[in-house]
Amino acid sequence: MRRFFKQGFFVLALFCAVLGAQLNPSNTALAAVDTFEFATPEQQQRFRRMSDEFRCPMCQNTNLTGSNGGVAEDLRREIYLMIIDGKTDDEIEQFMFERYGDFVFYRPRLTIETILLWFGPLLFFIMGAWIVMGIVRRAKASSSEPVELNEVEQERLRNLLDTVKDRD
Amino acid sequence: MSRLKLFAPVIGFLVLAVMLWRGLYLDPRTLPSVLIDKPLPDFELQTVELGDQIIGKADLPDEPFLLNVWGSYCLPCLQENPILMAAAEQDVVPIVGVNYKDKLNLAQLWLEDNGSPFEFSILDESGRLGIDLGVYGAPETFVIDGNGVIRYKHIGVIDYEAWEDEIMPAIAAVKAETGQ
Repeated sequence: MRRFFKQGFFVLALFCAVLGAQLNPSNTALAAVDTFEFATPEQQQRFRRMSDEFRCPMCQNTNLTGSNGGVAEDLRREIYLMIIDGKTDDEIEQFMFERYGDFVFYRPRLTIETILLWFGPLLFFIMGAWIVMGIVRRAKASSSEPVELNEVEQERLRNLLDTVKDRD
Repeated sequence: MSRLKLFAPVIGFLVLAVMLWRGLYLDPRTLPSVLIDKPLPDFELQTVELGDQIIGKADLPDEPFLLNVWGSYCLPCLQENPILMAAAEQDVVPIVGVNYKDKLNLAQLWLEDNGSPFEFSILDESGRLGIDLGVYGAPETFVIDGNGVIRYKHIGVIDYEAWEDEIMPAIAAVKAETGQ
């Protein structure tokens, strides 16, 4: 039983690691160089973070930071202007959402439409764990309990063994 | 119950197969537009044809019309131009262009060379109007109703199939609804 728990813990840890990697899209290469001037390092950091977290609508899977596409360039400029303008992160997100929908978010909003996207993996994990647990329980039930035979069965077994012995 | 459990893998397989089969025919490049049934954004821009004159939302047709996003650099735009030209000739609906992220002289040259199906083309050199329209690359075509509300969006080139099966029905639906 303890070994089973150990294995379960390992699988859970692996699952969390994969989930963590998925939620962190900023590890893409930086392709585009912009010459934006910021008043404070915080503003620059926000710009960096936001253009890392929005997906370029034209490309299939690149963030705004990593894309040379025309629209990505324009969107970086818009984000820059909004940050300089003192807009909050929520306002900038709303701006992007109103124009390009959930597609632009690498971290989609939690809505009815995206609920499967968010909790689908957990659902599959639970289903898998349930199946594995069932298999383990059944295997244990069939192997560990001693088999007790009644009188008739005992007799039949002896007969069977005898026939096998006679054949040799 | 145990009989049902026996069929679970088959059912699982069938569900997955249907979903993947459908996935084969989905184009990941066409994003669902969030702007359907939203009014057109405000703008104040020059046009390719009208010189210094600034136009805005109020200058757009007050009947159903097509808004076609194009650029002189855009090959699919050249491809769909004959269809738009034919539609303009037959007076199906007015067509307004959005010259997206282009240069004025190149746009003028393109219209001279290939013919213009447009009433006029809004000059969106910076791409700012494009962003407000949720555009991510020419060509894109919007069906706008008489009240200036976006009713349909087609992404990519309009071929005859798309014109017959998508654009025309969308125009017809909008026209029927407003009685125009």
